[in-house]
Amino acid sequence: MTSVKTAPAAIEITGLSKWYGSMQVLHGIDLTVAQGERLVICGPSGSGKSTLIRTINALEGFQQGEIKVAGIRLTRDQAVVEDVRRRVGMVFQQFNLFPHLTVLENCALPLRLVRGLSATEARDRSMHYLSKVRIPEQALKYPAQLSGGQQQRVAIARAVAMQPEVMLFDEPTSALDPEMVKEVLDVMVGLAEEGMTMAVVTHEMGFARQVADRVIFMDAGRIVEQGPPTTFFTAPKSERTQAFLQQVLH
Amino acid sequence: MHFRDNIDYPPMLTRPAVFIPLLSAIFASLWWFGAGDSAIGRLVLGLVPMAEGNPLNLATAAFVTALVGFNIFVVMRLPLRQQVWLVWGELAALILLFFYSFDLSFAFIQRKIGFLITQGLVTTLYISAVSIVIATVLALLGAVAKLSSNGIAQGIAHFYTSLFRGLPLLMQIYMIYLGLPQLGYVVDAVPTGIAALSLCYGAYMTEIFRAGIESIPKGQWEAARALGMRPTSVMTRIILPQSMRVIIPPTGNQFISMLKDSSLVSVVGVWELMYLARTQGQTEFRHIEMMVTASLIYWLLSIVLELLQKRIETHFNKAATR
Repeated sequence: MTSVKTAPAAIEITGLSKWYGSMQVLHGIDLTVAQGERLVICGPSGSGKSTLIRTINALEGFQQGEIKVAGIRLTRDQAVVEDVRRRVGMVFQQFNLFPHLTVLENCALPLRLVRGLSATEARDRSMHYLSKVRIPEQALKYPAQLSGGQQQRVAIARAVAMQPEVMLFDEPTSALDPEMVKEVLDVMVGLAEEGMTMAVVTHEMGFARQVADRVIFMDAGRIVEQGPPTTFFTAPKSERTQAFLQQVLH
Repeated sequence: MHFRDNIDYPPMLTRPAVFIPLLSAIFASLWWFGAGDSAIGRLVLGLVPMAEGNPLNLATAAFVTALVGFNIFVVMRLPLRQQVWLVWGELAALILLFFYSFDLSFAFIQRKIGFLITQGLVTTLYISAVSIVIATVLALLGAVAKLSSNGIAQGIAHFYTSLFRGLPLLMQIYMIYLGLPQLGYVVDAVPTGIAALSLCYGAYMTEIFRAGIESIPKGQWEAARALGMRPTSVMTRIILPQSMRVIIPPTGNQFISMLKDSSLVSVVGVWELMYLARTQGQTEFRHIEMMVTASLIYWLLSIVLELLQKRIETHFNKAATR
């Protein structure tokens, strides 16, 4: 932890509040993610954890507070938002692959449009990252021809191929059949071992134990508790955390 | 078929409860409407001499019913694809027979068909093709405007679809041809036709495009935007190609419909297919010859568009079908 803390912050959130109409979903969140840090966010459904990480790349707006990504203060200006999005990769619960494009095109098209790579460069880089998620042989298939686990690995490859500074994962294994969860988590562990800065919303407590530098527990739009996984899981301080952990740890 | 259940239903037409009432109904209605007076009646009379009137009506009705029954019996024994094509061909043959029964002068058709094609068909195709392109552009703009957050654009788009879907196409043609000169702009007949068809069909297709774009799940926008793609790239590379699956079938409908609605332009004197079909027969009182010829040309063109639509559909479906 100490070594991570000295590195400059990848994400800096201060006093972040968000309302849907009159309902407040985030209450003055303060959160700093250091470069290279692996953060796991957990909490009951409706606690605001997905909303929180979706504000980081401006998929959700907010009314109060400040978000800085790699030192850039997030505004509603198109150039700023697109700059931030080019530095932040995201993996969704529902994969969100482009169904009309092959696996290879899913990875290569954004590289060409956003990074300005040539067709061959984009293809080579896509194949490199598809190999890293261990499905280069599926490159010419369409997403509908793949299993859920394979689709999510493609989604990870597509995001990582953009070479972002931070990766956000929004419940990446929640829509998967149980036997496919491991193959996706393995890819994420590999990514963590390479030093990628990651913020992961997940219920996979095994993953949190193995990979996380810090675990955050959210409830009702607030960060209730946080700490390194060893203390978080063995000695949770708040009652709500204890109750939640009792539900998810068997 | 899109969904084939795993049940072996007995084919409808093999059930006595279906085919006996069906054939009886055919027999009864033919008898009731005096089928003996028809061309088929005369054919039956030629085969078996008998008294005209009720006996001939009965015999004709029995003859046709037997023919239908035998036809069903044969067709039911073929594989599905052949059934479809055979029935299609039989019905087409019946229509042609219907036209043939008009006692047409083929010499007259032969004399006129050249002009009907080089002048009429070419004009119809020209007007339709240009209108199709303009209508598609208008529809795309209209749909994007309706989905935008720009109030002025939305207002214009809503008014546009309301007005041009709300007025009869014939009225729009007159408005442009006879109304615009009041403002000092005299518009020729062909541009009038193209303008009216484009505006009218652009309005209908705006709604098709809007529905197509809205049918794409929000996650697709989010994924593309999260990757840093620009809004125009998201629209042209991610959303529209996927919307095509939804947009193509009704748009094909619109194109076929427009092809035939281009005949309304004949009211302002454009020498397209319908206009020539009406005028060329006049000199020799051979209206029906020209009408039949023009009908067949319209039908053939529609078939070409149908086939084209099918090809495009298959193209945009390739990702969805394994």
